[in-house]
Amino acid sequence: MKTSHPLPSTIQLAHGSGGQMTRELLDQIVFNTFRNPYLEQKHDGAIVPLKGPVVISTDSFVVSPIFFRGGDIGELAVNGTVNDVAMCGAIPEFISLGFIIEEGLEMAQFLRVVESVRRAAEEAGVQVVTGDTKVVESGKGDKIFINTTGIGNPHPKGQISMDRVREGDHILVSGPIAAHGMAILSEREGLEFESDIQSDTTCLNHMVRELLDIFGADIHLLRDPTRGGLSGVCSEIAQDSGLGILLRENAIPLEKQVAAACEILGLDPLYVANEGIFCAIVNPAVSTDILQFMNQHPKGSKAALVGELLGAHPGKVVMKSPVGGTRIVTPLIGEQLPRIC
Amino acid sequence: MKHLTEYRDLEATQQVIRQIEKVVTRPWKIMEICGGQTHSLVRNGLLELLPEEIQMIHGPGCPVCVTPMQLIDLAVELMEQGVILCSFGDMVRVPGSTISLQEAKSRGGDLRILYSPLEAIRIAKENPDREVVFFAVGFETTAPANALSVLQAEKEGLSNYSILVSHVLVPPAMEGILDDPLCAIDAFLGAGHVCAIMGYRQYHPIAEKYKIPIVVTGFEPLDLVQGIYRAVAQLEKGEYRVENQYARAVTEEGNLAAQNVIHQVFEVADRQWRGIGTIPMSGYALKEEYHAYDAGRRFSLEKERPQDPGECIAGAILKGQKKPHQCPHFGTKCTPRTPLGAPMVSSEGACAAYYHFASTNT
Repeated sequence: MKTSHPLPSTIQLAHGSGGQMTRELLDQIVFNTFRNPYLEQKHDGAIVPLKGPVVISTDSFVVSPIFFRGGDIGELAVNGTVNDVAMCGAIPEFISLGFIIEEGLEMAQFLRVVESVRRAAEEAGVQVVTGDTKVVESGKGDKIFINTTGIGNPHPKGQISMDRVREGDHILVSGPIAAHGMAILSEREGLEFESDIQSDTTCLNHMVRELLDIFGADIHLLRDPTRGGLSGVCSEIAQDSGLGILLRENAIPLEKQVAAACEILGLDPLYVANEGIFCAIVNPAVSTDILQFMNQHPKGSKAALVGELLGAHPGKVVMKSPVGGTRIVTPLIGEQLPRIC
Repeated sequence: MKHLTEYRDLEATQQVIRQIEKVVTRPWKIMEICGGQTHSLVRNGLLELLPEEIQMIHGPGCPVCVTPMQLIDLAVELMEQGVILCSFGDMVRVPGSTISLQEAKSRGGDLRILYSPLEAIRIAKENPDREVVFFAVGFETTAPANALSVLQAEKEGLSNYSILVSHVLVPPAMEGILDDPLCAIDAFLGAGHVCAIMGYRQYHPIAEKYKIPIVVTGFEPLDLVQGIYRAVAQLEKGEYRVENQYARAVTEEGNLAAQNVIHQVFEVADRQWRGIGTIPMSGYALKEEYHAYDAGRRFSLEKERPQDPGECIAGAILKGQKKPHQCPHFGTKCTPRTPLGAPMVSSEGACAAYYHFASTNT
């Protein structure tokens, strides 16, 4: 049944009731935006063709504000999940899309978010095949929360596994760190910088796919340093592999204005969230070739070799400071920034 | 970023370290006053680069660490009463006698983490029906902005804004440390940011009275090693005077406009320091004409509050008598996630600095 009743200017509780208004919202906005045969099956779920094994990843997005410099919650919700699937060495194919909307959200804002989900899914080459929409009372949410689950097949040449991380492996970072967290923070009330820091949110699956096409088994592990930042990812790798990590502070790519914003706000960029970069742990014999490839890729022009895996100090991350001293880098404890992804 | 990168230069820093090695002939204990300096020393791995004769003692210059537990309890009570409590981020995880501000927030309290007290003024204007309290913590560095917020509230006729004052002053703390019979400090690195506001006139009589070199010092690696070099050079020659390493930010008289704002609103008063006790004339209190903006008076929260439980050796840490890792609870019972005391929580606290950034040798 196609409805043509005009939508009100804000989201109302009844839009999540499962009744006529839900139907109108879905038909006019969601189904209309994400046309594909799987979604049009209009089952309770989607029946999709996949060959096993299958990679699945899910993530929820609660960022505030929902629109920020360089992106919005819709784009983030696609890129975040697509990247998580890609970090498993897989090629993401399908995603689900669950909204929890706070009553009173302007319809125009909802439309903007949905449109941005569409654009991001198109760029990433994934299809939105199933979803859900709930509405909570005003004051019980924060405009809109999104959950996405991504499904894909492992890359045929990919052998991504913590077991393959070896002493001597090199650590590459695909781009400048801390841009997303600082963009969100600078957008929040009362904090404005002269410079315009943009979130780095982007999908990384195409670049990962090309890397695996060419370098295959020489890529040992992939991780995207989202919440907890680069230090979080490195601490996890050190703890899970039982090896030590050496980072060189001077080598870590960091945009000038992001560094300055961190300096002003007393934040350590190592702990600030990213949404459009990844770390690759690679065979040191070919790390130069991998880096060269990344640097020629539009999403990796500032990629850098930032450190290596060591047999010494197992489980710990050590950073060489610009003045030659060393220190331990601990994972983030508690909260450095309020909700940023 | 100019004036930062050039002070993080490997060659320049190591050259000064070699100069220190050349002049030093015996062990010296040098206290850096400010928690920001402690962090930079540890974060940059400078402690392991300095000659072994130089022992750095980490001073009391972390305002969050010295804020009395009772005041945190009071702030928690205000939140429970429905007040909008505004605070710098550092303060929110510091434990009171029962819970921290962060826990009070998770129980439904309205906590706003701000970077400037002037944001609190805006919040007060936007919420005319609610009381807004800014937790005015800090040394002389944050005092001007906090004072300014009171003047702004007065100018705008805001009757729902007040500040919970816990302002402490550096020079009385230095004297307090030097008067302690267990004090073994040979020289001070003065706190650069505090001096940017207050100047360093007040330090001359201290250097003279206690015959101790005081070098006003910045926060970058090169600043710190230069400050240490100047202190060692004086010590080796038996000299004691005030020097200014941080001349790019600090003048002898300081920022007079900022001082005027402070003195308009605040007067010097006795203050309790967490872990140290009451130091006479060591902090700021609101002047009588601004008592209306004093949250402590406004909410008549004068009841008896529990004292520090005593497991935390913050006093000995802040006076430089013990290193963080010499505490039996360091890294075991006391971690940034389960802090027994403030020095483990604040980003400027000596214990947190050691926990997060401890050199690979310790």
